[in-house]
This record gives sequence, structure tokens and C-alpha cells, in this order.
Amino acid sequence: MSTTDEQTEQDVESIETAASTDDAPNAVTFDRAGIRAGFVTCLPVALGVAGYGIAFGVLADQAGLSVAEVALMSATVLAGASQIIAVELWADPIPAATVVLAVFAVNLRYSLMGAALRPWFKHLSGIRVYGSLFFMADENWALTMRDLTGGSRRGAFLLGSGLAIWVFWVASSVAGVAVGGVIDDPATFGLDFVLVATFVALAVELWDGASTAVPWAVALVTALVTTEVLAGQWHVIAGGVAAAVAEVVRRD
Amino acid sequence: MASPPPSPRWFAVTDPLAINPTVVAVIAAMAIATYLTKAGGLWLLTRIGVSDRVEAALEVLPGAIVVAVLGPELASGGLPEWLAGSVVAVVAWRTGNIFVALVTGVGAVIAFRAIL
Repeated sequence: MSTTDEQTEQDVESIETAASTDDAPNAVTFDRAGIRAGFVTCLPVALGVAGYGIAFGVLADQAGLSVAEVALMSATVLAGASQIIAVELWADPIPAATVVLAVFAVNLRYSLMGAALRPWFKHLSGIRVYGSLFFMADENWALTMRDLTGGSRRGAFLLGSGLAIWVFWVASSVAGVAVGGVIDDPATFGLDFVLVATFVALAVELWDGASTAVPWAVALVTALVTTEVLAGQWHVIAGGVAAAVAEVVRRD
Repeated sequence: MASPPPSPRWFAVTDPLAINPTVVAVIAAMAIATYLTKAGGLWLLTRIGVSDRVEAALEVLPGAIVVAVLGPELASGGLPEWLAGSVVAVVAWRTGNIFVALVTGVGAVIAFRAIL
């Protein structure tokens, strides 16, 4: 055991040293200004998320969930795609195991997204890291990666942007139940395109020249093939893992 | 809890504040499963430590995940989505402003869907 621990510590130290060549130690902030910046930046995106929230509320209403139950689910789960799939699986009696397993599988991609925050979050305390991660959704993770890779060092950006998502997601879910079928298709206002637009903008932001091309091509092809073969969100995990493996092989 | 069994629940809801204990239990399990995915990746990496190779792999993850989400989304779209996606890319590249890029993109997709 002790040798494993030593090895681990050496590895961690070597990364800290490598990182400190361009970072001052503990240079990542966590303050009210960061929360505010995240919240404000995320507002237009959160408005788009509200389009999905209304759609989710309508579906949940059709599945027989009450306003209170929908509010509880949106406030505690906070993961759009998985919630929509869950209420689609809803029946009487509730197929609890199927629902929870589907939710877990759809959300597995978050483990990779969370891991990608490590270069910055390793400087923050546990309660800040694990509190912020509760508020991580696709859209605000994308905005946060953009902010942090841009060199802002605002560790509270994920929390701030996540709070914006949370407020709009809970409110729009409740509104969706209330309005029922009035707006049952987010495509009416082009709101269904917000997620794609966010990710296109992020891809432009994350493009880092020729070295990006190989892992991205691997991710793209893997995701396209996987989505043909497997239902659900597995293509996200598959694409991410394949690109990571390809990069490790390429560096050898 | 004397609700009549013959009536399936999803046709019988009348009280907007109704809280069914079974529903709450399933929601709690969904919340825990989701939080495990959100916190698990980072937690695991902190526990096991990371080699240079793993760090290199993690560096490509954000872009790879973005592409993996985006590829099938765009593939399932049509010409309006592809054109509007190109508009977003160009605007994001030229302005570096995500808000301008999003608004232009949503406007573009509405316009392209109307025209095409």
C-alpha cells in the first residue's frame, strides 16, 4: 500500500510542478465576483435551457407527476436529458430500477466532464469542488471550460453559471406543468438549437491548432458510429474515451 | 393514502402539491445516481492520482466531448441546422462573443427553417 501511495504522491507532485510553470500556486480564485460572472454569462444560455424545461414539464405532467414532484426532481437531479428520459419511462407502478439505471447511463458523461475540471479545481477545497459539481450541467460546463481555458482562473464560475441554470430549469419545469400543452415544442422559437449553438461556439473556442485534429477526428467518428449502434447518450462517453486513448497512444 | 387502485395514477392527479412517497424515493435515487456521475470522475482522479499520460489524455477530453456531443446532433439535423451551425462558428471565431454567436445562430436557424 505504502509504495502505491508514494507513487501517487510523486505523480501528483510532478503534475503540480508541470502546472506551476504557467500557474502561480493556488492562483484559482473562488469569490462572489466569479459567481456573478458565471451567472451573468450563463443567463442567455439559461433562457434556452428554459425551453427544454418547459418541454420537460409538459412531459412530466403527461406522466402524472404533480407540480411539487416536478419541482423536487428538477431541483435535486438537475440533468435535463436524463429527466426527460426518466419521465418517458414513467409508468404505474414506477419501473424504479430501469429509471435510475437509465438516468445513470445518460449522465455518465458528467464524470468525464468533471474530470476535465481538475487542472483548476485541484486548487480548491473539497466543499467548494463538490458543492459546485452538483450544479454542473452540459451548458454551464461548456461555458466554464471556455472561461477557465481562457485563463480567467475563476473557480466559482461553474457555481455561478450553474445557479443560473438551476433557477431557470426549476422555474421552467414548473411552468411547463402549468401551461401543459401550450408550448409543447421548443423548436417553435429555435430554442432546440441553443445546445448545438453553444457547443459549436465552444468547439471554436477549444480548437488548438493541428494537435487538436487527431483526437477530435477520433471522437467524431467514434461518436457517429456509436450513436448508430447504441441508443441513449453512450456516444458521448465512447467519443471522449476513444479520443483520450488515441492521444495516449499518439504520445508514446 | 386511500386512493382507489383501479384508477391509474397518471389519469388521476388532481392535487398539484401531491407528494407520493414512492415518487419521492425514485427521485432521490435519480438525484444520487446523477450526483455520483457529476462528482465521481473528479473524485476518482484525486484518489488514484494521475500520471503524465493520464493528464495528456484529460487535456483532449473537453474538446473531444464537445465534438462527441455535437457530431450526432448535427448529423441528425438538416440543412438549416448545418448552415446555422456554420454561422455560429464564423461569428464565434470573428467576435469571440458567445452571446452574439448564440443569438445570431438561433436567429439564423429560424430564418433557414422558414426559407428552406
